[in-house]
Parts: sequence; structure tokens; C-alpha cells
Amino acid sequence: MAWTRDQMAARAAIELRDGFYVNLGIGIPTLVSNHIPAGMTVQLQSENGMLGMGPFPYEGEEDADLINAGKQTVTELPTTSFFSSADSFAMIRGGHINLSIMGAMQVAGNGDLANWMIPGKMVKGMGGAMDLVAGVKRVVVVMEHTAKGKPKLLKSCTLPLTGTRVVDLVITDLGVFEIDKAGGGGMTLVEVADGVTLEQIAESTEAAYSVASGL
Amino acid sequence: MTNKVYPDASAALDGLLNDSMTLMSGGFGLCGIPEALIAAVASSGVKNLTVISNNAGVDGIGLGVMLETRQIHKMVSSYVGENKLFAKQFLDGDIVVEFTPQGTLAERIRAGGAGIPAFFTRTGVGTTVAEGKEVREFDGAQYVMERGLVADVAIVHAWKGDTEGNLIYRKTARNFNPMMATAAKVTVAEVEELVEPGELDPDQIMTPGIFVDRIIHYPDASKHIEQRTTRPREA
Repeated sequence: MAWTRDQMAARAAIELRDGFYVNLGIGIPTLVSNHIPAGMTVQLQSENGMLGMGPFPYEGEEDADLINAGKQTVTELPTTSFFSSADSFAMIRGGHINLSIMGAMQVAGNGDLANWMIPGKMVKGMGGAMDLVAGVKRVVVVMEHTAKGKPKLLKSCTLPLTGTRVVDLVITDLGVFEIDKAGGGGMTLVEVADGVTLEQIAESTEAAYSVASGL
Repeated sequence: MTNKVYPDASAALDGLLNDSMTLMSGGFGLCGIPEALIAAVASSGVKNLTVISNNAGVDGIGLGVMLETRQIHKMVSSYVGENKLFAKQFLDGDIVVEFTPQGTLAERIRAGGAGIPAFFTRTGVGTTVAEGKEVREFDGAQYVMERGLVADVAIVHAWKGDTEGNLIYRKTARNFNPMMATAAKVTVAEVEELVEPGELDPDQIMTPGIFVDRIIHYPDASKHIEQRTTRPREA
């Protein structure tokens, strides 16, 4: 059995460390906040201009002036601060955020990432994704291993890039891959989801990768 | 003494709007958008606008209103995914978009307002965003040159303001508003509470009045929520 979305989020939460400032993307990455280990303090940054993001409000307590980067209503914490989008991206671009967890359409074996555009089909925009991958120290991608049966881990991305050599770790429903983005050492399969076989992963992965010893 | 206070949005924009002008419009999604001023721009009928705004509203709300009336020729934005009409006009070639990464957009506006014509950033290196732009190496890493942005008019939304134009924003409704207020020839602000000078704590003022030319009192902002997310109360 492949991992569920929630299991993928739980695996991503293992990347958190006490005291980290973390930016979570939309979709599965948002679920990571449900898996912060007890006793660990992590401040979540929302790139529209908030640090110390709290949970969703109780019904009836939603505040239109208090939203996250996914435009969802959220709440304050005692640690919360608000600031402009320029200050927010000074945090991001300036290397002050420890970890960014985001979704992806495609990841290449060298760490290239595509997650903002499908030419001719979809127009959304990159939002803050290009700034996050360029400025945050460690970038973790959480995504389904394939899209409509086609591999998303590729030799090279076919979609317009969000950043080059930016991804450190990829968590899919089938397993976990480390990428040596700076050293050029390529991609290594380091974990396999319960009940998933190495053959299954090989069949649905186009990118070249090595398999960590012990798997 | 000049009076910055105008009776309503249309009056505050009188004489400022021209076809083919560049307009900055504050807000992130529908949070902190200058709703009354957007409506006044729409009803003015001004055309062929270049609009600098992080998003393009949603269908029928915010800048979505100006898409329906086809007043926008070009958008400079980071994300327009919420708006079906926008997607259609873009894919049909009716509207031009300069996609700009969100942090680069914020910094381009900040730089424009601060008199800085260009800066270098790592954001976008090796992507389509860097095409046609100077790339330079600093300390062993590649950076792309981005230009500062300025506009003819900026419209912004704030929580509190005084008649001098000093502004205070509320929570995440701040977003792009403070930078835009600095980056236009004329800045027009709508505020939910308008007070006399001295009633705001000078230490709390986020946008000093020098950046604001005209101001209106708009107490009834509709404040739409795009994604209403809640959690159940504990039993």
C-alpha cells in the first residue's frame, strides 16, 4: 500500500526540528502542521505577511483580515507577528527560513523543480514558490509519485522551471528520495513506503537514482 | 493647508485616471484590497490599463470587476489562479501577463518607491523569469537583475488613517499596501476608520502620511473570504 496524503505529511514532519521557522505550501504540505511532534516548537511562516500561524478558527470566528498564503482563514498565536510582503520575502530570500515544504508537478534528478505552469493549459502563476526555492535553506517536495500514470520524477523537467537545483528531498506516496543538489551526486532512494516494492518504484520513475544500502 | 480628505472614491480619483495608465492596487487575494477605489476605477470607464497587483481578484470581486469590463490590457502579478475569467482572457490572448515572483514583485515595488531603479536577486535564475534580463555572479552565485516598479496611481486599503494620511494596517491585510503607497506619483488610500491627527500613536504608524496624497473614509468594506476554513469546537 502506498502512503496516503496524511502519511506523506507525517513523513514530511520528520524533517522538522525544534526552533525551526518553516513555510508550508498549499495542499499536502499544509497537512504537515497536524504532525508537529509534541514538545517541539515550530513557527510557521505565511508568505503574505505572517509569522507564527495558528490553526483554523472556530466557526463564527473567521476574520477576513487574517488569512494564510492559500487564502484560508487562520488564527493568531501568542508568538504571531504581521508584516508587509516585502518584509516577508526578506525573511525568505534572506535565508532566515529553515525549511520550505511544497508540492510539485515535476522534479528532476538534479533537483530542478517545476510547479507553476503548464503552457497552453493552465495559468496560475508562481506566487512565492520561486522566491522560496531560491532563498530557503532546505526545500522538501511532497507530491504524488505519478500524475495520470506518468512519472513526475524525471531526467529533466519538461514544464517551465520554478528553480534549478533547488530540491533537497522528495516525499511521494511510494517513498523518499534525497537529492544532492549542490554536489551533483544525483538522486538516492532512501525509504520505501510500506508494501511498496523497489520494482514498483522503478516502473514509475523516469529519473535515474541509486538505492540506499539496506533497502 | 492642503486637504487630503475626499468625500468618496470617485471624487478621490477625479483627474487622476487616463487610458493606458499604470495602476498599482494593494491586497493579497481579496484581503486588504481597496474595494471602493477599484469600483470607482471600473465605473470611470478608463481603458487599456496596466495593473500591478499580486492577484487579479476572483470572478466579479476585486479586480475581477475590471476584467468583466475589459479595462485591463496587462497585469503584473504573481498568481492569478483564482479567476476563471482571467484564465480565459489570458489563454485567448486578450490580456497580457507579466508573471513576477511574489517576493520579486514586492521588492520591485519597494525599490521603485525608494528610488532604486534595479536590484539583483537569486529568485528566478535559470527560469523563464530571467529571460532577457542581465544575470550577474556575486560571491559565486548567479543573480538576475530586476527593475524597480513605479505607477501613475496607487490605490491602497488601510485599517486606520488620519487626515494627514498616516496609515495603520490590520493583520494580513497589510501585504502589498505599504510598498505600493510609496511607489506611485499619486497614492489614494481608503481607510475603515478616519481620525484627526494626534489620535494615532506615532509609534504604530506603518505608512507615514508623506506617501499618501488622497484619502477617503470607507467604513463598510465587504471583506470577502476566499477560503473559509474552520475547525470544530472541542466538546
